[in-house]
Amino acid sequence: MAEMPIDIAATPSAPIEERITFRDRTPMEAIVAYCRRNPNVVIGLSMIVTLLLISAVGPLFVDTTQADPLSALPAQSPSRHYLLGTDDQGRNLLAVMIAGLPDTLRIGFLAGAIGLGVGIILGFVSGYLGGVVDAVIRIAVDTLLTLPGILILITVAASIRTFISVNIMALVIASLAWRQPTRIIRAQVLTMRERAYVQVARRSGMNTPEIMVREMLPNLFPFLAASFVGAVFGAILFSIGLEALGLGPQNQPTLGMTIYWGIRFNALLRGMWWWWLPPIIMLVVLFFGLLLLTIGLDEIANPRLRRTA
Amino acid sequence: MNTGYVVRRVLQFLIVLWAAATINFILPRLAPGNPVRDRLVSQASQGGPLQEGIEQMVRSYNKEFGLDKPLYVQYGLYLKHVARLDFGYSIASYPNRVMGLIRGALPWTVGLLLISSAIAFTLGTFLGALVTWSRAPKVFQLLIGPAMALSAIPYYLLGIMLVYLLAILFPIFPLSGGYSIGQIPHLDVSFLLDILRHAFLPGLSIVLAGVGFWALGMRGMMITTKGEDYINFAEAKGLKDRRIFFSYAMRNAVLPQVTNYAINLGTIISGLVIVEVIFGYPGMGSLLFNAINGSDYFLIYGIVYITVLVIGLATLAVDLLYPILDPRISYRRA
Repeated sequence: MAEMPIDIAATPSAPIEERITFRDRTPMEAIVAYCRRNPNVVIGLSMIVTLLLISAVGPLFVDTTQADPLSALPAQSPSRHYLLGTDDQGRNLLAVMIAGLPDTLRIGFLAGAIGLGVGIILGFVSGYLGGVVDAVIRIAVDTLLTLPGILILITVAASIRTFISVNIMALVIASLAWRQPTRIIRAQVLTMRERAYVQVARRSGMNTPEIMVREMLPNLFPFLAASFVGAVFGAILFSIGLEALGLGPQNQPTLGMTIYWGIRFNALLRGMWWWWLPPIIMLVVLFFGLLLLTIGLDEIANPRLRRTA
Repeated sequence: MNTGYVVRRVLQFLIVLWAAATINFILPRLAPGNPVRDRLVSQASQGGPLQEGIEQMVRSYNKEFGLDKPLYVQYGLYLKHVARLDFGYSIASYPNRVMGLIRGALPWTVGLLLISSAIAFTLGTFLGALVTWSRAPKVFQLLIGPAMALSAIPYYLLGIMLVYLLAILFPIFPLSGGYSIGQIPHLDVSFLLDILRHAFLPGLSIVLAGVGFWALGMRGMMITTKGEDYINFAEAKGLKDRRIFFSYAMRNAVLPQVTNYAINLGTIISGLVIVEVIFGYPGMGSLLFNAINGSDYFLIYGIVYITVLVIGLATLAVDLLYPILDPRISYRRA
């Protein structure tokens, strides 16, 4: 694009048609240009989308009922028949991966969405209304943030271990996932509250909920996207941590539980790399994708970061 | 330092302790079919030589925790016990008290945690600082990418790969444990070396995963610091580059890293818990793992509470020491 005539003043005699070459970029071009400037978002997003595609399309090619115990010969190394081998209980590990990935993703997205939802409500109430409500919410968040999350979740999960399912797990994790979003959104609302457009809306008779939803929320969108990804990241991290300790869904195959069973039955020492390596690789791709996406979205949300990044 | 701040900060610490204790009190009572009772009953129904111990434990449990009394009396008694760090008996290994088991495991964890996170902090902080320094060798620019990539992976996943690589494929380091089997813990050089050899892999996974995190934080701080007037002034005066780097830039940029360390202590410990399990390291994490597998609820709650206490104390100490480290901070209310 360097050859584009940029300096209009230098060619004052140029006919109008030539100056019109300064058309706006089409949305497509804008997106491409943006992606070039911020490749983190694109790479991160495509890693996540690939995983989502695998979990959506995979079941069409792989029989996920083979993820249950006793559906194959136990402890087989990878072969043409079992591409990723089988574990001691006779689960086909390829089927486990295909069935487990969406469960792991679901825990993350569900807990992240609940966390963000609660965070939006508390953050707005706290930041916009102020006063005693704000003080209570602020102290609660600050106090809870110093607690080591995984240990609290371990206590909860250990108490209800016998009936943990994927959805209950998501709820348990969501019980702590609102802390960061609440804090971030509250800080943003505080700075927005006194901006001119909010004051105009207030003076023109909009009521408080209307101002929050119609004036402030749309402006917060980049922040919400960034904190949603952050919340999903944290939730998946927590879920894998709990599962690695054996505190995940006992009857549903998730990536973390596969690692747990692998460790429990000494897959490492017995050289059964096909048991523990595939879930780790999938998780590394997932975490790395989420990290890139977080960095990229942060850059959009805080333009000031762009200079230093 | 103003006393108002100290009082508020200590109050917050007490609230954290109270919240942790209360969660530990409420949870087992909320769960359907009180897990503690279930566990005691299932243990008792197995009969055998344990029978007597269980009877004794149920009695002592009832008496100590006043289970026949109303809930608020139970709660009061419970808080009193927790304040004295008395968590009763372990269910799975009966005659042992929870605190005794924790006391045996705590030094292992604290030692591993302090040494490996100090190494990660130092390496990461230097890496982050050197990356921003245009006169530093360019090697560091190449290192920061992989370091950041490693920091996205949880310690324990890294740990599993390290075990496989360096303990099984190439058996350089021991597979698990805190010291060689058959050794009796004692203080001499060979035993210390044995401990170091066993702690190397778990420590390495913490260091590898931590360096990128600290480097990222330090890089941000250094960029801000480099723009300050006193750096320009030092350069104009013609001070040696090394001196500007260490005494002017790094010294000021490193302070927020210290707070960051305290804030992230909880996360570091959370990762460590699982790393210990993977390496069979005889610390709090393995103790917790065994407690979970044996449904040893008193032990689980005891470990969680002690960890919260340790983290709370560390954060409190850093927060109170911070104004002394950094005179720019005064905690006066804005």
